[in-house]
Amino acid sequence: MRFLRRFFIRLSNFATAKRADQRLREELAENVALQTEENLRAGMSPAEARRQAALKLGAAQTIREHHNAEQGLPLAENLLLDIRYAFRMLLRSPGFSLIVIATMALGVGATTAIYSVIDATLLHPLPYPHPSKLVRIQANLPGVGAHDIGFSIPELRDLQNSGIFQNVSLWFFGTDTLTGSGQPTRIAGKSVSPTYFAVLGVHAQLGRTFDPHDATPGFNNEVVISDGFWKRALGADPNIVGKTLRVDNDPALVVGVMPASFRDQGQTNEQVGTELWAATGFYPDPPSQPTRNARTPYSTIARLQPGLSPEDAQQHIDALVASLKKQYPADYPSQGAWTIHLTPLAESLVGNVRQSLILLFGAVGLVLLISCVNVANLLLARASARGREMAVRQALGAARMRLVRQLFTESLLLFVLGGVAGFAVLFCARKFLLQFVPESLPRLNDISISWGVLAFAIVVSVAAGTIFGLVPAFLTSRLNLTATLRQEGRGSSGSRRSSRLRHVLVIGELALSLVLMVAAGLLLRSFWDLFNVQLGFNPTRVMAIESSLPNPNDPSTDIYRTATQESVFLRETLRRIRTLPGVEETAVSDRQAIPLGHGQNDRRLVPLVREGQEGQDRQPPLLDTSIVSPDYFHVLGMSLVRGRFFADQDLESTPLVAVINQAAARTYWPNQDPVGKRVRMLGRLGRARPDATTIVGVVADAHTESLADASVPQMYLDLYQRPAKFLAFYLRGPVDPAAISEQVRTQIQAVDPELPVFHPETLKDVLASSLSVRRFSMEMVALFAITALLLAGLGIYGTISFLVNEQSREIAIRLALGAQRSNILRMVLRQGLTLACAGAGVGLVGALIVSHLMTNLLYGVSPYDLSIFAGVTAVLTAVAIAASYVPALRAMRLDPLTTLQSG
Amino acid sequence: MKDKQDVQQGTLSLMVLKTLGVRGQQHGWGIARRIEQISGDLLAVNQGTLYPLLLKLEHEGSVTSEWGASDNNRRARFYELTKAGRKQPQAETRNWEQTAAIIARFFNVKAEDLL
Repeated sequence: MRFLRRFFIRLSNFATAKRADQRLREELAENVALQTEENLRAGMSPAEARRQAALKLGAAQTIREHHNAEQGLPLAENLLLDIRYAFRMLLRSPGFSLIVIATMALGVGATTAIYSVIDATLLHPLPYPHPSKLVRIQANLPGVGAHDIGFSIPELRDLQNSGIFQNVSLWFFGTDTLTGSGQPTRIAGKSVSPTYFAVLGVHAQLGRTFDPHDATPGFNNEVVISDGFWKRALGADPNIVGKTLRVDNDPALVVGVMPASFRDQGQTNEQVGTELWAATGFYPDPPSQPTRNARTPYSTIARLQPGLSPEDAQQHIDALVASLKKQYPADYPSQGAWTIHLTPLAESLVGNVRQSLILLFGAVGLVLLISCVNVANLLLARASARGREMAVRQALGAARMRLVRQLFTESLLLFVLGGVAGFAVLFCARKFLLQFVPESLPRLNDISISWGVLAFAIVVSVAAGTIFGLVPAFLTSRLNLTATLRQEGRGSSGSRRSSRLRHVLVIGELALSLVLMVAAGLLLRSFWDLFNVQLGFNPTRVMAIESSLPNPNDPSTDIYRTATQESVFLRETLRRIRTLPGVEETAVSDRQAIPLGHGQNDRRLVPLVREGQEGQDRQPPLLDTSIVSPDYFHVLGMSLVRGRFFADQDLESTPLVAVINQAAARTYWPNQDPVGKRVRMLGRLGRARPDATTIVGVVADAHTESLADASVPQMYLDLYQRPAKFLAFYLRGPVDPAAISEQVRTQIQAVDPELPVFHPETLKDVLASSLSVRRFSMEMVALFAITALLLAGLGIYGTISFLVNEQSREIAIRLALGAQRSNILRMVLRQGLTLACAGAGVGLVGALIVSHLMTNLLYGVSPYDLSIFAGVTAVLTAVAIAASYVPALRAMRLDPLTTLQSG
Repeated sequence: MKDKQDVQQGTLSLMVLKTLGVRGQQHGWGIARRIEQISGDLLAVNQGTLYPLLLKLEHEGSVTSEWGASDNNRRARFYELTKAGRKQPQAETRNWEQTAAIIARFFNVKAEDLL
């Protein structure tokens, strides 16, 4: 208490610059007078009395200093003085200050930019209450290599009743078609369990969300809409709750409107911007009771019970899995090794982007480090120039700590100004910079230059300033006074220690930039290899346009229920599209078949029971399946290896056929001819469909699933035999991309005016966007590597120039004694080369470690690729030699006479 | 003069508070003089250290000060204990007595006591 009171009085005295000097002076005078009187009484002479009184009081100046220190806050006062002085020093050498501030602005600005992305994607909690309680639940069958197989309704009930979760919800992102007024529009919609909003813990701004206890088996016809959709399409109708929309030909009762601030959870921007949620129980009405092995292919999220950590929950889940396996051995054969895995929702949404972002942060961290090293180097160089000033001040009695503090304040000020400048540039250019961030980055919209980001920038600059400003400050103030002062104004030759430190710094800088360049080189090679991979299909001049057929609850109202019904529509539409200008060939498929057009969560895995191996296939393998029209392979230029593709005679009424790719043939029929083999597919309800499907052909492996991997087993089914709801039409030919989507819309809607047409994209674009995150991180790392190289070049240039300056007398003497100028040149270059070699040596070791860590991010290139390591080392050495060449030339052209005289 | 001890670090403030408690209002020189007298002239108060200490005590709220007239009608700064300042010596006295008692035990310790 007393301490606080004292502190606040001192603080207020300091702030108001209140001085007690006058008071003290009077008190001291009074003291001396009283003491003198006493001395006089003791019988001293007046002069002696005054002298003794003054002696007894002590040094007045010291007393005043102590008194003043007690009155205010001396540390703060000194700091203010130091800052004022630092500003003056800054302005006295504006060039130096500018370079330092610009370097730090670059380092801190770039680091802060990447941090703002990481802040939004990795660090920001999801915008729901208690976000750490949200998890994604995934079921895997590691025994047969199947991941994320989904849950059946009984399994879902087990999860819900396990006591581990407050609520569990399935969700499925798709598109809904809104009809009834004007153009049929397609909106981003989610089918969700009625518990969905309870899981997220959010409420409607108008009306209500779904009742989590609703147990309607199918769609209950209730929908919740987003604020954006409500305002845009429904004119913000205040009485919207209770009205009915027509969604996919079904009446949908609007029960609630979500708040404007609500963002849905999801991996893509499209999912985050969901506009309509429909509640469903995810299984049709009885009599078909859902069975345990009829898994729904949907994602599952849940909210943990309060007080349960994800780790604890995982343990409970493992126990549950074990007991379920014991209870239903027939449904969980041991060879599948069924497991359930919980992932924090925030983590699962970011997915594999995390690695790329951490790589970027590492890269930008190196750039920051290099900038700091560069600045430290400059500070050291200036320190030796200021050696004389420091010596004089110390000779005049300045305490060493006081000098260190002041030098430290100066460098800290430079670092902080640099950081603030970097942040300011970033803030002004944020709109411009955001363009370069790929759209597929999760939570892209959350990226902002917030207070947290500002705090980060300040913390980083202060930390950098502390680390890299303190050492130069100490070295600068540590001087041999007499030696420095005796060196008549030359003041150059800094201490041996500081010049050794400068060499270490330059070597470090070179090493760091080598690491960055190797990383960039490896990423560039990976990207290049991926970009030029033999796709196995031909995306040139192919365009995909999506549409979706209504999926009404009541099957009897579905005019596209059977494949035959749907094929009438498809054939007529394709015939019409083919007549459009420029269109040479057409095909149609379900949207899963768009090459590279979907994320992992969009796969349709179908259990595959091979005929003749039913006994073995108690846990049938799951196969990625697409439904395509016969022309699909031709339009995409995929080549047949064996058998035949689909043909016009394959109809709903004829035996079911399938085409598989080579990978599937290798995996499931090793050393056999798969053509003619028959398989059964489990239907959605878990019953094997009675009629077997015959494999009629094998298509060559293609990179349709993943650019990096051509050997994902695939099975293609005939669209004219099995209906699909979400369609993609393909057009090959020299079409006009601007006009074509309208033309296709006209043609499709001429057949069925209730269908939406959306998302026109060339396959080239699909390809490019599937590479976008890779491209982004490759470009960024390359940019950082170039920056690092430039900074390192500057660093070595500065160091060699400094060396030449220092050695100018020596060089002049050598020249005067008849040394060859070319020898001088070689001598200086050798110094640069030595630094470069040392830097490269250290850097190569670092690069080996880093490239080892990067293995997962590479494609088609070894992390120890010799050509990249050699090439990068060569570039670095070349830059180092080039940077030393300028000062070397200067040394060579030195005029011995003037140099020696001026020295 | 030579034999006089300087005041030990940290004890001066207690002496000042005690002096003011006994004698009431005092000016700086008076306080220093009283301390020397009380110590039987064994202590020499460095008067320079007294004034920053008085300012500190004032900041802490233990004493207040005001201008007044000294005995021979000179302008002088007079110090006086506040309510809080009057309580403070009691606690510090207890601390000192305790410390002194502990030290005393060490002086009196004999080898057999530790067996």
